[in-house]
Amino acid sequence: MDEVIIAGVGQTEVGEHWEIALRDLAFAAIQEAVRDAGGLRPQALFVGNMLAPSLSRQAHLGALIADFAGLSGIEAVTVEAAEASGGAALRAAYLAVKSGALDIALVVGVEKMTDRIGPSAEEALTSVTDADFESPQGLTPTAQAALLMRRYMHEHGVPSDGFAGFALTAHANAVTNPYAMFRKAITVETYRKAEMVSDPLNLFDMAPSADGAAALILTRPDVLPSHGDRPWVRIIGSAIATDTLALHDRRDMLFFEAAQRSASYALKQARLTLDQIDFFEYHDVFSIYAALQLESTGFAIRGHGWKLAAEGAIGLQGRIPCATFGGMKARGFPGGAAGVYQAVEAVLQLRGEAGKNQVPGARIGMIQSLGGPAATAVTHLFQAA
Amino acid sequence: MEIPRHWRLRKQRYSLVGEVCPHCQVRIFPPRDVCPSCGKEARELYTFSGRGEVYSYTTIYEAPSGFEQQVPYTVALIRLEEGPMVTAQLTDVSPEEVQIGMPVEMVTRKLRTDGDERGLILYGYKFRPRLQQA
Repeated sequence: MDEVIIAGVGQTEVGEHWEIALRDLAFAAIQEAVRDAGGLRPQALFVGNMLAPSLSRQAHLGALIADFAGLSGIEAVTVEAAEASGGAALRAAYLAVKSGALDIALVVGVEKMTDRIGPSAEEALTSVTDADFESPQGLTPTAQAALLMRRYMHEHGVPSDGFAGFALTAHANAVTNPYAMFRKAITVETYRKAEMVSDPLNLFDMAPSADGAAALILTRPDVLPSHGDRPWVRIIGSAIATDTLALHDRRDMLFFEAAQRSASYALKQARLTLDQIDFFEYHDVFSIYAALQLESTGFAIRGHGWKLAAEGAIGLQGRIPCATFGGMKARGFPGGAAGVYQAVEAVLQLRGEAGKNQVPGARIGMIQSLGGPAATAVTHLFQAA
Repeated sequence: MEIPRHWRLRKQRYSLVGEVCPHCQVRIFPPRDVCPSCGKEARELYTFSGRGEVYSYTTIYEAPSGFEQQVPYTVALIRLEEGPMVTAQLTDVSPEEVQIGMPVEMVTRKLRTDGDERGLILYGYKFRPRLQQA
């Protein structure tokens, strides 16, 4: 039997953890995941991290975290795909367990985004763009999103507050998530009055950079000592696709081809169609990315992604609930950990343990982690056991 | 300082030298050795006219290291006349005057200083509103 399941999950509160080191943050999430999995001891560790070498002056996280998590000696490596690092680490662990090469794998996504602030932090974040032809012009990831947002609004006739629905939904859902950074609902007025960051992108069109760690234990049912009483979650689809790193090299700027491709590969593996998905954890680091993801994966037709948010279709009771625990916007954006948070949240939904954030009757969830403007897109499909 | 990198990119930065695919004639900038259109090898150099129009633009207030002195500055995606898109700062224009579709032309300007005030000064392409309609 080669079915891969998630047997345990753990997460730390997302926020400004000035008092906690990267290694300790990772351990907190690992400890919770191992406990949740009934004490399963992992044979290998896959770390999802985006920028520790520049943001934390720390490379070689595999060995460091394995050691500080009491797992010294096990196989451990970092998987990096910019902001999609967490999703990519999950994919690497999935492949290892699925193939039978490993029986029990641990994934930890971890990032310290707040040890550095100002221009040097901005420079580090900018290193995920094309270092020969984008960053020398002073372009930043936020500016990339703003360029796409302006063109999208221009082509599709979006009003100036057209993207407000993404932030409103995220903040409404984060209120009851104890791990979220901003547990406060906002109104459309808050959005309208928000400070402009990079015109037309305002403060509520972007997720707050924060520290956090989340962890997963992957295994197969055949290697579990007993089924236990924990409801596990099956991974029924897993795919990564890539696109040009530089935005200017795209044939079609306003369509995330990698998002489309990885979602359709994952759906094909699971033999599912989009209408069978009960909720979608998208990568709303910028509201324009959420809109483009909804369109590229097929939940909305081209030019209509923003309308799903504006019309309330992405709320917990909506047609396709998104950002069910607050998403990157309100739960907070912990870099390379973000994709693992999505997985933890999807597992809670599918176990029926999401409390006030529960999507009624959720059986199948889709999560999608993006690196840059979907230069990498990682899609996973989970099913309740 | 990254002197070899700056030296390596001088033809692109100073004169928009890209490539033309010998198989399908597609013009390529920034240069890459595999044609994005037909997938065959493309290494023939081609100098772009430097004329294009604004596809999208935004203004940056929180800059990375090396650009702090320039804020606010405007970055755009420029569609070059010959086809490809390029990321570049706009210059000689205030942000309010910029519009999608605005004709622009390449000029050489200081991009930034690499290192402290005694570091290497980097020059390269920026785009300004076109002075003469071509």
